[in-house]
Amino acid sequence: MASDDYPDDLRYTKEHEWARVDGTRATIGITRFAVDALGDITQVDLPKEGEAVVKDAVFGTVESVKAVSDLFAPCTGKVVKVNDPLGDSPEYVNEDCYDEGWMVIVELSKPEELDGLMTAAQYEEYLKEQE
Amino acid sequence: MRYLPHTPEDIARMLRVIGAPSVEALFAHIPETLRAERPLDLGPALDEASLLAHLAELAARGRASGAEGSLSFLGGGLTPHHVPTAVDALLQRAEWYTSYTPYQPEISQGTLQAVFEFQTLVAELFGLAIANASMYDGASATAEAILMARRITGRTHAVISSGLHPHYLETAETYLSGLHPHAEQVFGAAQLDGTRGQTDPATVEAAIVAAGDGGVCCVVVQTPNYFGVVEDLAPLAEVAHRHGALLVAVTTEPVAFGALQPPGALGADIACGEGIGLASGPSLGGPGVGLFAARAEHTRSMPGRLVGETVDRDGQRGYVLTLATREQHIRREKATSNICTNQGLCALAFTIHACLLGRRGLAELAALNLAKAEYAKGLLSSLRGFSLCYSGPTFNEFALRVRGGNAAHAVDTLAGDGLFAGVALACAPDTLLVAVTEKHRKEDIERLARSLDKVCP
Amino acid sequence: MSDHPNRPAKPIATRQLLHPSPPIFEQGSPGRTGASLPPLDVPAIDPKAHFGALARSEPPGLPEVSEVEVTRHFTRLSRWNYAIDIGLYPLGSCTMKYNPKVNERVARMPGFAGLHPAQPVSTLQGALAVMWKLERLLCEISGFARATLQPAAGAHGELAGLMMIRAYHQDRGRHPTKVLIPDSAHGTNPASCTLNGFQIVPIKTGADGLLDIDSLRAAADGDTAAVMMTNPSTLGLFEERLADAAEIIHRAGGLVYMDGANLNALLGKVRPGASGVDVMHINLHKTFTTPHGGGGPGSGPVGVTAALEPFLPTPTVEKDPGVDGAYRLLFNRPKSVGRLRSFFGNFGMHVRAYTYIREMGGPGLTQATEMAVLNANYLRSRLKDAYPLAYERPSMHEVVFTDKRLKRETGVQTLDVAKRLMDYGYHPPTIYFPLPAVTGGAGALMIEPTETETPETLDAFADAMLSIADEARTEPETVKTAPHQTAIRRLDETRAARHPRLRWTRQ
Repeated sequence: MASDDYPDDLRYTKEHEWARVDGTRATIGITRFAVDALGDITQVDLPKEGEAVVKDAVFGTVESVKAVSDLFAPCTGKVVKVNDPLGDSPEYVNEDCYDEGWMVIVELSKPEELDGLMTAAQYEEYLKEQE
Repeated sequence: MRYLPHTPEDIARMLRVIGAPSVEALFAHIPETLRAERPLDLGPALDEASLLAHLAELAARGRASGAEGSLSFLGGGLTPHHVPTAVDALLQRAEWYTSYTPYQPEISQGTLQAVFEFQTLVAELFGLAIANASMYDGASATAEAILMARRITGRTHAVISSGLHPHYLETAETYLSGLHPHAEQVFGAAQLDGTRGQTDPATVEAAIVAAGDGGVCCVVVQTPNYFGVVEDLAPLAEVAHRHGALLVAVTTEPVAFGALQPPGALGADIACGEGIGLASGPSLGGPGVGLFAARAEHTRSMPGRLVGETVDRDGQRGYVLTLATREQHIRREKATSNICTNQGLCALAFTIHACLLGRRGLAELAALNLAKAEYAKGLLSSLRGFSLCYSGPTFNEFALRVRGGNAAHAVDTLAGDGLFAGVALACAPDTLLVAVTEKHRKEDIERLARSLDKVCP
Repeated sequence: MSDHPNRPAKPIATRQLLHPSPPIFEQGSPGRTGASLPPLDVPAIDPKAHFGALARSEPPGLPEVSEVEVTRHFTRLSRWNYAIDIGLYPLGSCTMKYNPKVNERVARMPGFAGLHPAQPVSTLQGALAVMWKLERLLCEISGFARATLQPAAGAHGELAGLMMIRAYHQDRGRHPTKVLIPDSAHGTNPASCTLNGFQIVPIKTGADGLLDIDSLRAAADGDTAAVMMTNPSTLGLFEERLADAAEIIHRAGGLVYMDGANLNALLGKVRPGASGVDVMHINLHKTFTTPHGGGGPGSGPVGVTAALEPFLPTPTVEKDPGVDGAYRLLFNRPKSVGRLRSFFGNFGMHVRAYTYIREMGGPGLTQATEMAVLNANYLRSRLKDAYPLAYERPSMHEVVFTDKRLKRETGVQTLDVAKRLMDYGYHPPTIYFPLPAVTGGAGALMIEPTETETPETLDAFADAMLSIADEARTEPETVKTAPHQTAIRRLDETRAARHPRLRWTRQ
């Protein structure tokens, strides 16, 4: 597994979401592992700006042709920005899940929650255990 | 047994391969307590000739309004039209009727393309962007439309016009009976204007207000309504939309939209209805074919199957079942509906007939229905014993009030001679619904008038 | 094994003169029509003048084609379909048996097809007799006291059955909220529960492939409305602990719903209504040979025990107490769940099923089940070495194989095998279902041959499956890129879902 599959500046969850922290905000998306498991993504359903998300609760879904998967929030807070282009171009998640394929930006209400998430190294270790 | 090919030698050879001593041994693991206690008693097996004789005897016990020698003005939710011979001839190709749901697109392109064409025709008829691959019938389609409006708006209440077919209302009540809050708490009624017979927008508004703040997901209106009156949907859509509700337009007579503005052009968000009158004989009302269309933004809230166009790996145009993540086999308890099997073959028959009619044919058919119905309306309402219930515009069906108040008596009396004069309404015993179509000649209509005049002078 | 002919199979499907037919909207010419309408013999009415603002301003975009063009179009399209009358259609849990031709003739008799549902009941006696007799036959077959013929399909029957269960509990002042459903169930089961406001409690399949009775016992309590079981299960296994399961559920105050999709395995062998089951739907389009029609119409009658009779949908067909040999429709059923559709059900399917049952008789139907189980077990024996079984227990009318071995050894997967079968001239089996068989990344092939197939057909099909397993080793790319012989190749389903194009428009 190439390490650039899991960038070092992100934190990871067991449900295969990532979070990139920038001050009081975090950008959220799904990992390369999740993308590979899902296959070609056909639809991304995300909350609207202003809606609250709660750590470990479902905040949206991603669909492929024959499956639907829930998205679990890595942190608690309020959605301040949504990656609207995913509505018309869900393929961005397949093509570039850490950059163009980001999903929402959350204003954190409990920044300390992020400390509980995995580092890239820990996440890769976790993936190995799951095999 | 002609459908079971196994000879005793076949069975012996197969058992040897399996390694079982007998066919019965293959059932040995079924616990004794669960076994049938005796052989099935279903009467003697019949050879084909005896079978046909038996069924012909049963068929002869009735008197079919659609058979030769009968004259029928029955409608009331199912108005039979003349179905061209080509429709059933094509339907009897085994590639259509002995195939399954097109789960393997490479060897099901016939069904898939036909459904794609059906979706297009239904969308065109209703003036809406998209349609699905069909529902069971118009009544269950209406119930599903209300459920869809609940999903879209997040609201629970529905306002139902009193002009909706009573079976459709009952079906919607049954469908919603298990959900919270219960159907009896969430259905409000909008009344018909007593003179014109059209849904009164003021009562729609009153019912929405009575339901409480922001509670109504949709207003359901049938056009032409159960009493045959063509609704003016635009003001009803305006009221619904002003209160954040959707307008669901229902029809039991899609031929009307050869002459009438389609629901989509008048503000309807969802349109649904029954299409069997164009597809096949009435067959006691089943199978039918539920039509279902909606605005494009509601695509992912649709119930039922959808076929979409795509390409194969060589770039060749082809069709597949798509957006299946809405459906029960993937989303299970979170699906938009529990529907699996729909009414594929009836949808195909509808498609073939609509293609035969075409752009001009449908308009001509609609004009014929209108002219004949207007002729009948004038004739019958001039009889001493009959008067029109409503003054609003009608298409090919209208309601008559019977002097003396017993429409059923008139109908039953004439049925003995093979004249089915119309539908005597259970909900209004003095009302007779008369449907007139292209099938009726001038002299048929005149015979109806003479006969009704005789039984209700 | 010398007991079956060992014929090396070859991809045999060939394209004959097969015509693509572009969407009908791209055919024809303005002004052309395939309509044959009667002349106007009454004064003309101009719709525009008559309806004013309500008149259609622009006619709907229907095609403009002659009858010949329509006939060619739909004949050509039909040839792009596989069908039972062309060959084996081994879709598991779909029971794609032969659809007798005589059924079609009977359903088209004018005395049946020409009946309008609003005719006076005195003129519907033949049809009501068929419905009444069919209900009695289905009850005799299934062991129930009564049945409703109203549901239009299996899932519609589930909806009706669960509604009756809810009404039964409410009539006793109870409002249980849970339905227990094995994880092997068809997706319609949980979806039908949701429509009834029930919560679903999934029950795991045990290691032996049967319902795990301890999980069931742990989940069943006073809040349990019912268990929904498919028997034989979607794994093709008879639920041997049905009696125990029924006792557990009944003791908790709940009812047993059986999904009768697989009733073809039980005719004359097990009568579920007499074996602890309270409610069961029957798919006339599976077990009783009404055609699938490319996706309907079906028919899903529901049988119930005497305790549930008051809750049957309205109307029911009853003998008329006033007139000997006459029937009536009973609308006044105060405890009924109500109506689930317009009129009385898919009567055209009732006529076909009645015709089939009367032709077969009791011994004939029992033999049908026996041959269905024999055929499934024969394929099982021929294929289980190349395609390991999902579960080793005895199979009933269908058998579930996995791609475990093939995938590990060759990288070829279930989908590839399914697509390659087309090149050999077959419709593929049901794939990636049921769920317990596809855990851990395995693919499942669920094969139901039905009783109407000859052993020669089964041998040829088995030879094809074995040949594909060989190909997976010798030329895996051929299998992975199949089908090759079909007129259209693997379709881009991702594109269809990402950018839905659900109707024809001029481009």
